[in-house]
Amino acid sequence: MSASRRPIRLALADRGIDGVTLLVLPAALFVVLLFIHPFLYGLLLSFTPKEGGWLGNYTRFFSDPYMYGTIWLTLRIALPVTLLNIALSVPVAMQVRHMKHQRLLTTILVLPITLGTVLVAEGLLNYLGPQGWLNRTLMLVGLIDRPIRLVHNYWGVFISLMITGFPFTFLLTLSMISGIDPALEQAAATLGARARHRFRHIVLPLVLPGLAVTFCLAFVDAFSVFPSAMMLGAPAGETRVISFAAAQAAFEQYDYSYASAIAMIMAAVQFGFVGLVLMARGLFYTGPADGGKG
Amino acid sequence: MAIASAGFRELRLDGMSRNFGTLNALKDISLTLRRGEFIALLGPSGCGKSTALNCLAGLLSLSGGAIWLDEKRIDTLKPEERGFGMVFQNYALFPHMNVRRNVGFGLQMSGVSRPEIERRVDEALNVVRLASQGHKLPGQLSGGQQQRVAIARAIAVEPPLVLMDEPLSNLDAKLRLEMRAEIRRIHRLLGSATIYVTHDQDEALSLADRIVVLRDGEVRQVGTPQELYRRPLHADVAEFMGFRNALPGRLVRREGEEAEVDCGFAGLIRGQAVDVAGERVLVAIRASDLVPLPDGPINAEVTGLEYRGEAYYGTASEPAGAELFFRTEMPLAVGAPVRLGAPAERTLVYAAGGVG
Amino acid sequence: MESALERLWRTLVWAFVIFLVINVIAMIAAVVVNSFGTRWLSSWLPAAFTTRWYVSAWKEFQLSDVLLVTFQIAGSVVVISALIGVPAAYALARRDFPGKPLVMVLFLLPLLVPPITFGVPLATVLYKVGLAGTMWGVIVANLVPTVPFTVILMIPFIEQIDPKVEAAARVFGAGTGRLFLHVLVPLLVPGILAATLLAMVRTVSMFELTFLTAGPSSQTLVVALFYSVFAAGVRAGQSIDAMAVIYMLSTLIWLVVALRFVNPTQIVARVKKAPA
Repeated sequence: MSASRRPIRLALADRGIDGVTLLVLPAALFVVLLFIHPFLYGLLLSFTPKEGGWLGNYTRFFSDPYMYGTIWLTLRIALPVTLLNIALSVPVAMQVRHMKHQRLLTTILVLPITLGTVLVAEGLLNYLGPQGWLNRTLMLVGLIDRPIRLVHNYWGVFISLMITGFPFTFLLTLSMISGIDPALEQAAATLGARARHRFRHIVLPLVLPGLAVTFCLAFVDAFSVFPSAMMLGAPAGETRVISFAAAQAAFEQYDYSYASAIAMIMAAVQFGFVGLVLMARGLFYTGPADGGKG
Repeated sequence: MAIASAGFRELRLDGMSRNFGTLNALKDISLTLRRGEFIALLGPSGCGKSTALNCLAGLLSLSGGAIWLDEKRIDTLKPEERGFGMVFQNYALFPHMNVRRNVGFGLQMSGVSRPEIERRVDEALNVVRLASQGHKLPGQLSGGQQQRVAIARAIAVEPPLVLMDEPLSNLDAKLRLEMRAEIRRIHRLLGSATIYVTHDQDEALSLADRIVVLRDGEVRQVGTPQELYRRPLHADVAEFMGFRNALPGRLVRREGEEAEVDCGFAGLIRGQAVDVAGERVLVAIRASDLVPLPDGPINAEVTGLEYRGEAYYGTASEPAGAELFFRTEMPLAVGAPVRLGAPAERTLVYAAGGVG
Repeated sequence: MESALERLWRTLVWAFVIFLVINVIAMIAAVVVNSFGTRWLSSWLPAAFTTRWYVSAWKEFQLSDVLLVTFQIAGSVVVISALIGVPAAYALARRDFPGKPLVMVLFLLPLLVPPITFGVPLATVLYKVGLAGTMWGVIVANLVPTVPFTVILMIPFIEQIDPKVEAAARVFGAGTGRLFLHVLVPLLVPGILAATLLAMVRTVSMFELTFLTAGPSSQTLVVALFYSVFAAGVRAGQSIDAMAVIYMLSTLIWLVVALRFVNPTQIVARVKKAPA
């Protein structure tokens, strides 16, 4: 072959490797060193428990209902919130994409994401509290006659995950739906498809794969809920989420091995759901959403 | 052939207009289209031709006027209630459906039974000669094949009217000629009335029964391809139809249609007065009609020459400095003086000023 | 033209949007109002308004120290991630090399895996090497998602610069270093600014990683806020909200500036675009 007679530098350049390519190395090494390595280290550490055999941490976790119950408690919050956020995002995005002052709305919605969960939790403590504006308003319009309890329980965490999670799923869904060539729906309309059918036959099949990815991202995020579960929920009771269990093991019991095992279990549940969803996604059309050359 | 166009006698645009904010994209368009007729909307980009098509399809609402299909007013109907077929510029094929489902989509939406859908999809695919590609996704087809699918999808519903929005503009030159012939063949075969938007005068001339020239949202001229080619009614239409030479001058004599114009050359130019009011006029001549003549009225100097096989085409500058485009059988030297002239029946005289 | 059912549906959707927006704004407003209120019990608004909570919060929570630490950490994080992230983004935007998809996955993972999941093992490693509890530990931990974030955000910015501009510079004799400095950096300024500002916002509001790795002297504002809320009862609520308002300002300033360069959808959508 001619390549073997040429200097190695040129042969490498033909395959896309030259000085410029090497620029990727520092960042890549950094991620390997501080993301991949700790993950593997944590995985190994979880198999060297303080006491018991190499599976000691895992048998300890799964034999203690107070511990393995956290998986169920976390799922009970994360799954409904994520599904609800996605179910709400789609119709809202369908309306908002034609809106003139879209940017104003998206800017307001990006605020909770930017401010982060801690501030949202602090704001909601006040706003949802027994004397907060929400309860006052509901009483004023006569929907309730005494304040309903919305903080330090399941609903506090649920609402805070909606406030931070909905904007996230909505903005992703909006960018996907806006990415569909408007000519496709126009074409469907000229062929006699009413709005409902255009949504079912054109828009939905085209965004479904993207919605699956959105679900994964939003679910993984909700499943690792941490500060709001502690601040707005009942961390000893119905919102004792798995991340709290991990942090407790690390910072109250100083058992890093056990904490790592819990983190690994958390990751396993997350990857498990993501894997299931992505497998289902493979059944749909996943190509580009435009109507041809253009 | 079972696929045929549903009948109507005439489609009437009655003062159709459309504004975008303060911009009048379409001004008071009135036009009648007869059954089976092929009409081309021709004009430069931004003239309103696509707006007009979208208004017809129902994708844009009208700001004024009405559209009538025989005695039925249709401009208040949604696109899905009009039952027209449309071929989009970028084809707008549904990327997640195979060719058969794309073509059958309109039939499925109108509740046609499954065996009937299969039968009519087969027919539509036969018409566009794509019978063997039915199970592919649009992304697996070439540009020309995608175009055929888009046409098949539009005709499968047997629409009374087919709308085409610059359907050939995304194809390369060779494919464009092929598909042009294809569209003509399909129109002959099915006889469905068609409105075809294009900015390419060759496409319009070769396909249409009648051409509607639009400019700045207004109809400038409606006529057969022959009428438009031979006798554009306004100076701007003439320019758009390929009259590259536009010489300003003064009308010195006029008798009926015959006119003599002084453009400041050695002789007077004789031509046909098409649209003349007043003394100041514009003389329009095609480059292919302007040739060297020993006693030609126009004296100029050759500034460039290019060989195009059947003849040479040259540029020349006249004493006042304007550029002229002419045709010559024999090569001429750059810098040489030349006398140019054109047959009087193909020299058109328009009023100067206004549009032009 | 529109059926009654469609109109009802539209109204419902808009009602939900308005309800949501009102709640977001009211939630933020409640914090601000409370931070300026004297006493706020069972009424719509506080009895009177004052600014004294800001003075007391500033002293009680040693906010000058906390703010200084916060911006030292955030500043170091964005500078370092720009320095190693932009060159990596350049390589990924301009070269196709074997293993590139794998490298892309490597940069996407830290953005997709939630910080609390990888934060626990990361903190363990940082404790082992003695970095945890120090300011450098917090910086390193925050770099883990920020470096990939900068890379992923910068790739499209670089891709949109015509490679012919660079070719032209090379033809006129600019070497790689000078090319970067005189041609690319000026063209990339908007992109780098956007990436830097968004990385800044993320670092200032990054709770989990800082919480897991910070010691008493390396807490950022958001962690201090969390501790003060969690230990509520000790401090006046208004004082905590005064701190919360200061925290809001410290993130929103950067967001407002960043929004001049990107639109809100891009803040979340960039991450998604790459894998799809």
